[in-house]
Formats: sequence, C-alpha cells, structure tokens
Amino acid sequence: MNLDGQVSFALALMFILLVPFAIAGLALINTGLGRSRSAAHAMTTALCVVAVAILVYFICGFAMQGSGNAQTFPPEPKTEPQLFLHGIRWGSLSSMSVLLWIEAAGLASLIPLGAASDRWRLGPACASTALFSACTFPVFARLSQGLWVAGGQIHDPGGSGIINVTGGLTALAVAWLLGPRSGKYSANGMPAAIPAHNGVFVLFGCLLAWVGWIGLNAAGAIVNSALPSSEISARSVLAILNTTVAAAAAALTAAITTRIRFRRPDASLIANGWMAGLVASSAGCATLKPATAILTGIIAGVLVVISVEWFELHLKVDDPCGSVSVHAVCGLWGLLAAGIFVGSAGQFTAQMVGIATLLGLIFPLTYGLNWLLNRFIWYRVSPDGERQGLDLHELGADAYPEFVVHSDEFLQR
Amino acid sequence: MKLGGFLLLLSGWGIVIAALALLHGHMVAPFIYAGFAVEILGLVLVFRGHLPGREDAA
Repeated sequence: MNLDGQVSFALALMFILLVPFAIAGLALINTGLGRSRSAAHAMTTALCVVAVAILVYFICGFAMQGSGNAQTFPPEPKTEPQLFLHGIRWGSLSSMSVLLWIEAAGLASLIPLGAASDRWRLGPACASTALFSACTFPVFARLSQGLWVAGGQIHDPGGSGIINVTGGLTALAVAWLLGPRSGKYSANGMPAAIPAHNGVFVLFGCLLAWVGWIGLNAAGAIVNSALPSSEISARSVLAILNTTVAAAAAALTAAITTRIRFRRPDASLIANGWMAGLVASSAGCATLKPATAILTGIIAGVLVVISVEWFELHLKVDDPCGSVSVHAVCGLWGLLAAGIFVGSAGQFTAQMVGIATLLGLIFPLTYGLNWLLNRFIWYRVSPDGERQGLDLHELGADAYPEFVVHSDEFLQR
Repeated sequence: MKLGGFLLLLSGWGIVIAALALLHGHMVAPFIYAGFAVEILGLVLVFRGHLPGREDAA
C-alpha cells in the first residue's frame, strides 16, 4: 500500500470508529422520547437489537450484499457471496467497508424501535431485526451498487437511503402492524400528546448522533465513493462540513417552524429537525456544495415538522419518536436532493431509480416479512403489560425505581 | 386495498427495472418516471388501507 493508500486507510478507520456514537445517540433519543415506564426496556432492546443486527450481518448479511468493489469505476463484478466474511482481504481499503457496513446495519436496525416504542416486545424486535439485517438491508445495499443508469449510479455514500430509508420504511411497517399505543387516539380519532419522558436524553442524543454522523458520512465518502487517493482528504472535509451545516440549518428551521405553528419552539421537534438534517445530508455529503447542503437542511427541517404532524394527525400512525418522518421522509429527500443539486440529469434519474427501488421493492419486502413474522410471534405486548410498562412486564425492574412515574393523566379517556 | 397498493408498488418498480433493462437513451427516463408515478398511486392506496375506520379508532 503506498503512502496515499495508508493515509486513506487511517482516515477511514478513524471515521469508522466514530460511528458507534450515532448508535448511542439514536438509542438515547428513542429512550428519551418514550415513556418512563419503558425506559430500561428501550435501552435494553436497543442493545440487543444492535447485537443481533451485527451478528446476523456478519454471518450472512454481507454475503447477501456482496462486496462490490467501489474503488474502481465501474465496479468490478461482485465476488461470490461467502458466509462469515470468508474471502475478505483484511488490511485493504475495501475491507474497511465491511466494518462500516456492519456498523451501518446496527444503526439502521435501531430506527424501527423509535416507531414501535412502548409496545414492541423484546423477542419479536430481535427476530424482526434478524430478518432486516439478513435480507432487507443487504438487498438494497446490493441493488444500490448494481443499479446503473446512463449518467450515473445511485449516489448515497453516507446512507440516506441504504441506512435511513430502509430503517424508516421498516419502522412504518412495524408501527402499522403494532397499532397505536393504548389511549393515543380518542374515539373520534383525535391524538393525545404523550410527552417525551426525558428531554435531556433526547437532546444529548442529538449531539452524540452528530459526532457519529460525521464519522458515518466521512467514512462513507472515503469507502463507498470511487475517489482517487488525492481527493479523499478534501472530500472527507467537505462531507464533515456538509453534515454539520445541514444539521444546523435543519434544527434552526424546525425551531422557527414550530415557533410559528405552535407559538413556542418544541424541543422534541427541534431534535427531530437536527436528526433530519443529519439524515438528509448523508446522500450528498461528498458532492454537494455547503450552500446547497444548507438548503437541503432547511427543507428537511420544514419537512420533518409537517411530516410528524401529518403522520400523527391525518394518517393515524403512532410514531412516538418520529422515526418515519426523520429517517424515511427526510432520507428520501436527501436522496432526491443529491440528484437535484448535483445538476446532472443522469444523476437525478439514478437517484429516482434508488427512490423507486426503496418504495417499490424494499417497502413491500419489509412489510411482508414483518407481517409474516407477526403471524408466528405476536409483536405487541399484552394490554396489561402495556399498562404496567415494559420495564416491569418484560424485565421485572423499573428504570427509575425510586420515583412514582406511572401516571396516565395526559391520556384521553 | 392494502394488497392492491402493495401490488401497485411492485408493479411500478417492475416498470422501472424493465425500462433499465430493455430501453436505451432518451426513452429510459420517461418510463422510470411512469413507474415512479405508479408507485405513488400504490403508496396512496396503502396509506388509505391503513386508515382506521371511525368506529374502531379508539
């Protein structure tokens, strides 16, 4: 490996080591936005789900996906799929992609937990994650490497589509299969506001996610883009800058939008805005100019506020953490923005093919798999368990045993 | 309605893939957009299919 190659390897490794912060951040956000009676369960489920995703992806996910060589243009034919990562040449830059993909699978698997908060049992969550990591996630990852259109390939180095939209669409499928939390909707269909139990967790999770996303996007720009060695440093700096300014613009836009709509800034929607900016920046992180990344963030910030309200009020989807809006809706916007702002018709068409694949293949696939699994292992906790809280019902111990926190006064009767 | 919606989603993707596999040049993009439009219709049906009826919304 020459000096340029060694520098790229070291940079990629450093950025990949930051990605677990995104996982920690998302787990904290999901826990904070849920109810106090299920807080320990939310964190335990996050840990178990990440563990399942990583192991299943190690065993068969990467084999399913194939190790398309993104360092050549166009990619060389895929190597034969091999279980347990056999056949990987460790120490090469392309072997870095294995590490990144494993962490990406763990991150994507956390997304559905946000939409299923307070009512998804631990066992079914792990089983669903196994299917996600073995099938849904690698199928799109493989297709996104192989779907070529004249003028370009689907451009998504940071994983707006591969990580966030696959996770977000799975979140929507699971939220539909589980149904809303008890007491969420009144008889006339009006939603009750069930507040986040710990806003500090949520906002601190956003800051952790920022660090993780910087690693994710910069590592993706190095590992998943066909860049010459001389461009790698510049592109990774651009990826970090774009990620940061998009998140900042989205959070401020969400704050202004909620201030206008609800007369005061809403903390959980500002957090969702921040995450929406991170998600939307991922697809174009290495190619957009910073000004267009800001524009992408601004639109994501407005989109997430409208989308959260629309899903809850009009589509009757009970998504306590806004996972569908943040990851699916803003992930799709990120893919589209990468096509619009690059300014090439061929690239725009390629991004549209990616979006069409996510909606037309991945969504029915993940819905069908979860529907089938739900027939064998009932996803939803019993009504008694939901009233008691998943902490006591499934784990036998509360997250906050010293406090009386089991109050239902905000629910409609 | 849900099943019809999901079938439309798959059909739309089929149109997109068929366009990529069978067509060349300027003909590809219009068929990709047509497939995408079919998917939007499918998505509308899926969402409508999942709306709870007024009587069981509680």
